[in-house]
Amino acid sequence: MERPQPPRRIRLSTNPAPEALAELKLGDVVYLDGVIYTGREGVYKMALEDGADLPLDLPAESAANFHCSPAAMQREDGTFNLGAVTATASFRFTKWIGKWFAKSGAKLILGKGGMSSADYRAHFVPNGAIYLTTVGYGTGALLGRGVKKVRALHWRKELGLAQAMWVIEVENFGPFIVESDLEGNSLFERENAKTAANIAKAYEGTRPAVLKRFGETDDRSDELI
Amino acid sequence: MIPLDLIQRTAEVLMEKAAIEIPQDYLDGLKATAAVEDGDLSSFVLQAMLENYEAAKEDRRAMCGDTGCPRWYVKMGNEARLEGGPVGLEAALRRATANATNNIPLRPNRVHPLWRTDHDNNVGINAPEIEYAFEPDSDWIELTTVHKGGLFGTDYRMLFPSDGIEGIKRFYLDSLVAFGKRGLACQPAIIGIGLGGSKDTCMVLGKRAACLRTVGDRNPDPKIAALEEELKELGNSIGMGAMGFVGKSMVVDCHIEVGYCHTGGMQMSVHAFCLSSRRAVARLYANGRVEYRTDPEWFTQYQRRETVEWNAHSHQEESA
Ligand code: SF4
Repeated sequence: MERPQPPRRIRLSTNPAPEALAELKLGDVVYLDGVIYTGREGVYKMALEDGADLPLDLPAESAANFHCSPAAMQREDGTFNLGAVTATASFRFTKWIGKWFAKSGAKLILGKGGMSSADYRAHFVPNGAIYLTTVGYGTGALLGRGVKKVRALHWRKELGLAQAMWVIEVENFGPFIVESDLEGNSLFERENAKTAANIAKAYEGTRPAVLKRFGETDDRSDELI
Repeated sequence: MIPLDLIQRTAEVLMEKAAIEIPQDYLDGLKATAAVEDGDLSSFVLQAMLENYEAAKEDRRAMCGDTGCPRWYVKMGNEARLEGGPVGLEAALRRATANATNNIPLRPNRVHPLWRTDHDNNVGINAPEIEYAFEPDSDWIELTTVHKGGLFGTDYRMLFPSDGIEGIKRFYLDSLVAFGKRGLACQPAIIGIGLGGSKDTCMVLGKRAACLRTVGDRNPDPKIAALEEELKELGNSIGMGAMGFVGKSMVVDCHIEVGYCHTGGMQMSVHAFCLSSRRAVARLYANGRVEYRTDPEWFTQYQRRETVEWNAHSHQEESA
């Protein structure tokens, strides 16, 4: 068996220059330095639908939006106990992402599982942004190690701990894998196209269910048998 | 009489062990998977996970930032007596869940489904789940906590006898492929399959097959054991690995549990226990002794019994 090749490893700022982003290739492994903030459905709703003012200066403070809720607590004295950090699946947030770029000036979207190349072309490419995916996705302890300090916790009361906006200082924070590039290509889609070629073989000797389900047919008058 | 404060203290230790220490059987299984993985990216993911488990243990921090939904499996010996009875036990487990969520810390994942209310302690209406089983001729109580992660990787379908093994394989592959893309199921996983029962028991059996059996364990029915092996190989032959990258790491092991079902049906459920296959177990005795382990040993002969009466003696002879 051929030994698998380890990917290229790169350090990147959380406010990256366009040239640094242009350097990155799909499948590169990235470690981040700087400041990141968490933002998911709660933050997007507050900022984009309810029109709340952003509680920090974006993108000056950070151009890296992490789809994440950390395993963390705020102690009674106001300090933080932050353990592990793992992303949440990003495809659920596509409906907000265009407006979020306009409001936040983000250059890096960090999360789990990426979005579609159609979303990258529609929203990421015009804003000069790329998507970095977490790894595993269970590498929460490794990511936790890269956290130097919790700088602030915004909208704690309004959104609860999990949905609140955590602003975090990080160093050598990773690993992440480059999932989209400045042209809007998707690593997951590339890999999916490769695996799709083999899948039919695994299905040999299987049979479709005798009773179908809606979704397997879109004809709602179908009797499904 | 097993004291309540011993139950609560032990439960808090279990919460921490589950969140931080990957069980050895899963770790060994993942290492075996990593040894044969030849996809570049899939292989990188597995190596990163192996480093991650070490980091978690060294730092005493949760292995995954999504600490899942903590739940409890309680097995009571028929002769066990608890201080405060079952109501006291449930309060102790709820207190332990809340305390551990704050102290480790865990992510306060549990919210109201409609109002999204979060008590920040993983306790709420019907949460954490507490499930029970009993064991003859014993005076201990066993507590197992499982921190099941993953919104993805689970499905149910009513199949019929005429679907046969080919239909089982099709639904199995459909589930793996659907949730394996982009690695939504955080594979390679322990796949649990429930067959038969009714819809609810089928789901329960599949979940327990994934979460309460260890890697390498086989169903005592030799034909089901062979099917477990076959489905494991089948899952790893899709051509998909960790995170949905090209590779062959989908299934660390496959476990099947069955229940007698309606003569016309063949219910099937599929469950994936992810890269953070978190479980921790303790047996508590009345004299205060506590034994920790990671194998729930849930599916005993008694749990899988198919007769009206339970005759311990004849079962011992059978297995001898
Ligand atoms: S599925 Fe498992 S490994 Fe993946 S993010 Fe959830 S808990 Fe972590």
